[in-house]
Amino acid sequence: MADQLLEVRNLNKSFDGAQILKGVSLSIARGEVVVVIGPSGCGKSTLLRCINGLESIDSGEILLQGQVISGQTKNLHRIRQRIGMVFQSYDLFPHMNVMDNLLLGPMKALKRPRAEVVREAEAALERVGLLEKRDALPRQLSGGQKQRVAIVRALLMQPEMLLLDEITAALDPEMVREVLGVVLDLARDGMTMLIVTHEMRFAEAVADRILFLEGGSIVEEGAPKDFFRAPKTERARQFLHTFDYEAR
Amino acid sequence: MDWNFVQKFAPMYVTAAGLTLRIAAIGILLSMAVGMLCCIVQSFRVPVLRRIAAVYIQLARNTPLLVQLFFLYFGLPKIGIKLDAEHCAVIGLTFLGGAYMAEALRSGLEAVEPSQREAGMCIGLTGLQNLRYVILPQALATAIPAVCANVIFLIKETSVFSAVALADLMYVAKDLIGMYYKTDEALMMLVAAYLVLLLPISLAFTWIERRLRHAGFGDQRSV
Repeated sequence: MADQLLEVRNLNKSFDGAQILKGVSLSIARGEVVVVIGPSGCGKSTLLRCINGLESIDSGEILLQGQVISGQTKNLHRIRQRIGMVFQSYDLFPHMNVMDNLLLGPMKALKRPRAEVVREAEAALERVGLLEKRDALPRQLSGGQKQRVAIVRALLMQPEMLLLDEITAALDPEMVREVLGVVLDLARDGMTMLIVTHEMRFAEAVADRILFLEGGSIVEEGAPKDFFRAPKTERARQFLHTFDYEAR
Repeated sequence: MDWNFVQKFAPMYVTAAGLTLRIAAIGILLSMAVGMLCCIVQSFRVPVLRRIAAVYIQLARNTPLLVQLFFLYFGLPKIGIKLDAEHCAVIGLTFLGGAYMAEALRSGLEAVEPSQREAGMCIGLTGLQNLRYVILPQALATAIPAVCANVIFLIKETSVFSAVALADLMYVAKDLIGMYYKTDEALMMLVAAYLVLLLPISLAFTWIERRLRHAGFGDQRSV
């Protein structure tokens, strides 16, 4: 296929004998936004963690721009410089202010000059409405602000793609919107993303494609409007039904 | 109270305090190095070495310093290793202190959220960069109260060195009592000397700990 940025082929992963991912294959084109949904424990987070090498894989292949990145142990940090990841728990560095959190990766991992990165960081903070927080410590920020900083931190590495792992799951409802707004902007700018979320309306709005993962396999795959209006599988129908109580 | 006696022998205490402080300083610095080494060997699960570190820590923490010192000063010469009192003191203090420092630093390292390491990895840091910029600063901040407590504990422990005829504060006091029977004066000066040494250090540590708390270190869970 033309210009596939990321390809996962027949990925298997188990923890302590329990198989979490069972032959997962997927590919993501440059600029595409793919959202993975599914019940908890279905392997969504594990899939993301395998892609940037936070978990080793049992078998299968992961390719970034046609280059096999799975099974490597030596230059994992180089691969991670190309794939950004944001977690549910923000994980800002608590001993550094916002600006230092942003500068660490570009300056130490990419060895870029400070002044240049500071300019970029300021522009990025401005975009997410947090420029005045540049000297604040993480504990002085709200959850939504922390998560926006965490997204900016990942972006400043100028990654080829972003992995977002339930980034709004720990947030109060009123903060979810500000974080998802940032992600929607990124999608509009053409950032390639693989997103795990439980926000169904957000998934529908941001995704080019939905993957429904259950029991470690991709059960259904489709365009968001097809998936949410008329899921093909009974599994997906049942899963979506559990969200009917939410204001959809 | 014989103030003339106090005045006359005060300089001896000052000299002895200098020795106590010097031995303590060297011993504590070496303790931190040994402690850091043990802590890293254990955290990174280096085979064999981590077992050795574990045995060492248990041995050092569960035997009295006085016994360790006697072993060095009276035991080792029997197998041909002769050390002077000062070397024995430094080695003894390091042997004991290294184990305590290792435990303090380990508690700091264990308090760093595992997700912090992953966050560092995800911005492409190498293992060493991650340790240096992300993990150690947080671990040390958490470990500092325990490290400070160890420093004060180790300075006080130097009082057993008089047992190997090292002319530290304790030795001078015992010496003066033996020679002049001025027990009250000699002991009062001893207490005063330790207080003068330890109070400023103790206050400084309290200040440092408070500063770190304000900076949000060592108390990350209140986020």
